[in-house]
Amino acid sequence: MVADEPKLNDLVVDHRIVICCGSGGVGKTTTAAVVALEGARMGKRSVVVTIDPAKRLADTLGIGELSNTPHLIDGDWPGELWAMMLDTKSTFDNLVAKHAGGTEQAERILDNPFYRNISGALSGTQEYMAGEKLYELHEEGGYDLIVVDTPPTRNALDFLDASGRLAGFLDHRLFRMLMAPTRGYMRAVNVAAQALLRTVGKIVGGEVLDDVIAFFNTFEGMEQGFKERAQRVQALLIDANTAYVLVASPRQDTVEEAAFFADKLRRTHIPVEALVINRMHPRFGEGLAEAARRRAETLAGTDLGDLFTNLADFRMMADGEETHLQGLADQVAPAPVIKVPFLADDVHDLHTLGQISRHLFA
Amino acid sequence: MAGKGGVGKTVVAAALARLASNHGLRTLLVEIEGKGGLPALFGRPPLTYRETELSPATETRGPIVGRTLTPDDALLEYLDEHGMGRVSKRLVSSGAVDIVATAAPGIKDILILGKVKQLERSGTADLIIVDAPAAGHAITFLMAARGLSEAVRMGPIRAQALEVLDLLGDPDRCSVMLVTLPEETPVNELVETGFKLEDEVGIKLGPAVVNGVYPLLGGLGSDPVKAAEAAGTTLREGEAEALSEAAQFRRKRHDLQASQLERLGEQLPLPQLCLPFLFRADLGPEQIDELADALGKQIIEMGNWP
Repeated sequence: MVADEPKLNDLVVDHRIVICCGSGGVGKTTTAAVVALEGARMGKRSVVVTIDPAKRLADTLGIGELSNTPHLIDGDWPGELWAMMLDTKSTFDNLVAKHAGGTEQAERILDNPFYRNISGALSGTQEYMAGEKLYELHEEGGYDLIVVDTPPTRNALDFLDASGRLAGFLDHRLFRMLMAPTRGYMRAVNVAAQALLRTVGKIVGGEVLDDVIAFFNTFEGMEQGFKERAQRVQALLIDANTAYVLVASPRQDTVEEAAFFADKLRRTHIPVEALVINRMHPRFGEGLAEAARRRAETLAGTDLGDLFTNLADFRMMADGEETHLQGLADQVAPAPVIKVPFLADDVHDLHTLGQISRHLFA
Repeated sequence: MAGKGGVGKTVVAAALARLASNHGLRTLLVEIEGKGGLPALFGRPPLTYRETELSPATETRGPIVGRTLTPDDALLEYLDEHGMGRVSKRLVSSGAVDIVATAAPGIKDILILGKVKQLERSGTADLIIVDAPAAGHAITFLMAARGLSEAVRMGPIRAQALEVLDLLGDPDRCSVMLVTLPEETPVNELVETGFKLEDEVGIKLGPAVVNGVYPLLGGLGSDPVKAAEAAGTTLREGEAEALSEAAQFRRKRHDLQASQLERLGEQLPLPQLCLPFLFRADLGPEQIDELADALGKQIIEMGNWP
């Protein structure tokens, strides 16, 4: 290994929050776990919040079950390593309880079928709760390092905007229209709202619509609290102490998604602090792919021909991956690009996490 | 086509479309929510809500056309067709759609599947291949019909949900092909998804497709120096090490893959179709042809389509 290859050490020293983002299936959770582990090795009180870890990794971290509080992982390091798998629904329930005027209002909301859909199925809720949990851990947890694995969304802004969008949803224009009969809004608004309502009712049925109206009625008075909380979460997400690590694999489609992601972050004036590329195919020896391919062709039918075919295959793969990555590396420059090789084994225990760690940290 | 993100579902969908077209079938490829990877495999620009040609019909080949399906477009179309066109635009622009979708989760999925059902009924293609959302969502996507048919007791959405249930439950009209990589985590998820789909959706599963299987090369176990002697040639400095390390890597991966394939076979009793890893960072029409041929050979060997 070359001594001056870029590493993530400074990133962990300089930031209190590290957010790992990228598309699904690129090893985001693994990267997040390795970063948190390194924090503990540096003597920090460190926590990793995961969204949907692969089962064996979750078992390794002792977080096979959804939970709302981090769990301490035993290990031989000077700091502490905590881990949790985000429970979106109970995080949301707590948030409702926190903002409700009393237990009665909270219970009526928690029992409402429309609320249960929001907390369980509304797109963006998971992202919103990841941000909310991050804020809570930051304010109350006493952690030196919080590492968050983001949901595998296509759009970077889903995560950044989620709290604002959901607060907006709860404070919706249609909500105001729905409330119009009791609030005595202008009649014209009411007529328009009624037409929309009738349509919504036709599509989903009257009972469902009643739940919606009951929900917004009960929620009344809580919008402001939600909105302010969302603004504080938002401020934390764009704070200078929060670092974004973009995680990708060298496959063309994930590189394209990562480029899209990087562009969105740049437009939001959030720098990508590091780019981690997982599962790079290894390069064997110094020669060119074409040279190995020519030898393979002249030696076709012999064992040596097979050996050269294989060497040429891997070199072609490595060349292709390098080509894909060049543009992305330029795009996030001067952020360091850390390449983690495709390991011959799956990453599922502290030992293999340690192997990845050697590539991410000096 | 269903499977975890990153397993190459889209590539398999394209290869299957190529194979069907090579056998003269008119094939429609449907991309959900416009993820965008599909048309590039045919060397074509991004798809839209309208059908566009991905590969022309020839004397022996059926045409391959592609389109996207998005819930917003499907909803607008649905409202238009059900006499609610006048408010439909405003329903979308006011954001009321978000409230509808939240009030009845799965409604977006039903609109999309309903549209697929309509395409199937219209006879526009001999085979429709849907590149479904990634695994976790594939289950909710396919279960939406059952959930909605129970939650919504009347009205057009219920009718739509019931028709989609009919389609999903009819093995002559519809089956799900699960795609995976020969690796631990994707195999686990595939097994889990497979059982859920059979038990909870009652949907017929086609063969499991394992993507990215390293092809065997017979000579990889041999020592490079001896192999060079046998071939009557010599190696340059460092070449023996590079050849040997590369061969070891491939053999180790190959063995791991073989054990995952075996585990998959034990845990999920479905026929397997294996697609070779092509050692290419970019895939295009040529590679899709190659994968289609590989699929075709194995399907013929299987005898009847299971």
